[in-house]
Amino acid sequence: MIWIDTIIQGILLGGLYALFAAGLSLVFGIMRLVNLAHGDLIVFAAYLILLLVSLLGLSPFLAVIIAAPIMFGVGWALQRHVLNRVLGPDILPPLLVTFGLSVVLQNALMEGFSADSQRLPAGDIATASVQVGGLNLGVLPLLTFASAILVIVGLNQLFYRTELGRAFRATSDDAVTAGLMGIRPDRIFATATAIAMLVVTLAALYLGMRANFDPNIGPARLIYAFEAVIIGGLGSLWGTLVGGVIIGVAQTVGAAINPEWQILAGHLAFLIVLLIKPRGLFPRALD
Amino acid sequence: MSLLETHALTARYGDFQALFGLDIHLEQGETVAIIGANGAGKSTLMRSISGVLENGADQVCFQGEPIGNLPASEIMARGVAMVPEGRRLFPSLSVEENLLIGTYGRKVQGHWSLQTIFDLFPILKERRNHPGTALSGGQQQMVAIGRALMSNPRVLLCDEISLGLAPVVIKDIYAAVPRIQEAGASLIVVEQDIGQALKVSDRVYCMMEGRVTLEGTADTLSREAIHDAYFGGAAA
Ligand SMILES: Nc1ncnc2c1ncn2[C@@H]1O[C@H](COP(=O)(O)OP(=O)(O)O)[C@@H](O)[C@H]1O
Ligand SMILES: [Mg+2]
Repeated sequence: MIWIDTIIQGILLGGLYALFAAGLSLVFGIMRLVNLAHGDLIVFAAYLILLLVSLLGLSPFLAVIIAAPIMFGVGWALQRHVLNRVLGPDILPPLLVTFGLSVVLQNALMEGFSADSQRLPAGDIATASVQVGGLNLGVLPLLTFASAILVIVGLNQLFYRTELGRAFRATSDDAVTAGLMGIRPDRIFATATAIAMLVVTLAALYLGMRANFDPNIGPARLIYAFEAVIIGGLGSLWGTLVGGVIIGVAQTVGAAINPEWQILAGHLAFLIVLLIKPRGLFPRALD
Repeated sequence: MSLLETHALTARYGDFQALFGLDIHLEQGETVAIIGANGAGKSTLMRSISGVLENGADQVCFQGEPIGNLPASEIMARGVAMVPEGRRLFPSLSVEENLLIGTYGRKVQGHWSLQTIFDLFPILKERRNHPGTALSGGQQQMVAIGRALMSNPRVLLCDEISLGLAPVVIKDIYAAVPRIQEAGASLIVVEQDIGQALKVSDRVYCMMEGRVTLEGTADTLSREAIHDAYFGGAAA
């Protein structure tokens, strides 16, 4: 029974990692851009929520509703005025720029909020749990996982059922020809990053309520997100969820055996999947 | 005022100059053929007009307005649509989605809609849910033409729509051209297959090495003159 409990905790943790990863996956899928500042943007959003909570006295769940459009605008402006300038056939400039952004964000947060660790006040929900078939499941992890599923369903609907999604896919296939069809790739990219930042804000909410955070934890979140995306196969959001779950389960099982193994077990699971399936579990048929 | 014209249009790829001061024009209701051997600069001309390559503003004018420096999306929105060389369908999109992308973000009015495209190329209706790239070459070309028509353009640029297709298929594709003309579009048809191009055109430009070497109405140009302009014959 203890093992089932451990595995279920891991699965639910995978939901959080999928939330970290979904925005990364969306942006990579559309513009082949690896945003090395993705983890720091999550932390940035967590501080933004914290600021709203402490300034306005809101619950984190309400603060997210204000933070989300702000992050949407941040994503739009970041893509429009910075990242679009460096996108091109050479993949190095965007990597350097987002790496630089990562360093800048960490230092700016350090200046603004100090290195002290913080937490979003979740209230009663932080400790609430429900009994399911003899298992004690935390409400917060359940909510996180449910949010991850909703985000993935929503993004898939957007991608495959809307005119904007059609334009996303067309631009991802061939930006020059998309331009000939009246699509402005620079705007499509800006919209995609803005949407990714909405997901980032949601990820930040659960990150900040689940555990302490400080300005320097971004890069590690990026690694988990990155591993989830790669395990799932580039371009598949459900694959990303599976990837997140694999890392989450590996971590909780590793930790159950020996608490020091938690992080290592996640990375090992990533390596093992890559050895068996170098293109991930659910690679898109094309490219 | 011509519907579309270029003024001393030049184009380069890095240090390589591909077009040397081209002056061509297209009148309302006209179909113009641009013929020339591989590498003559025909596609470069199409890319310049459609905005894939940027030019000086005045080097390309549409309805009297300079468009040479506008992005492709804006030129398309104004009414110049392109069927690019090699068709370039979107592999992630179904046939129907490929067609619908031609109307992205705008309400367009005019003859062409999903329904009339399916009337023009009935096979596409049967295959509407297949990935665009799962079709035969000829069917893919029909999708590429339909996709451009969906925006109900004033000018349709066709870059080698016969490329790599069997003669019977080329005939099928060209059978659609008169209906496109009747619906009100003016056309620029780039071809190496001179025969088909001449049949549907009013006027012809021959290009060689980035220059226009011959210009005339389709019915007055002799085969010899075209041959010389095309291959740089001894007479030149
Ligand atoms: N992307 C490019 N980069 C460099 N040179 C190019 C490029 N595209 C075309 N060219 C060169 O420009 C010239 C004209 O090419 P193009 O316009 O494609 O000719 P055509 O369509 O008549 O066959 C050729 O010499 C070709 O090699
Ligand atoms: Mg060509």
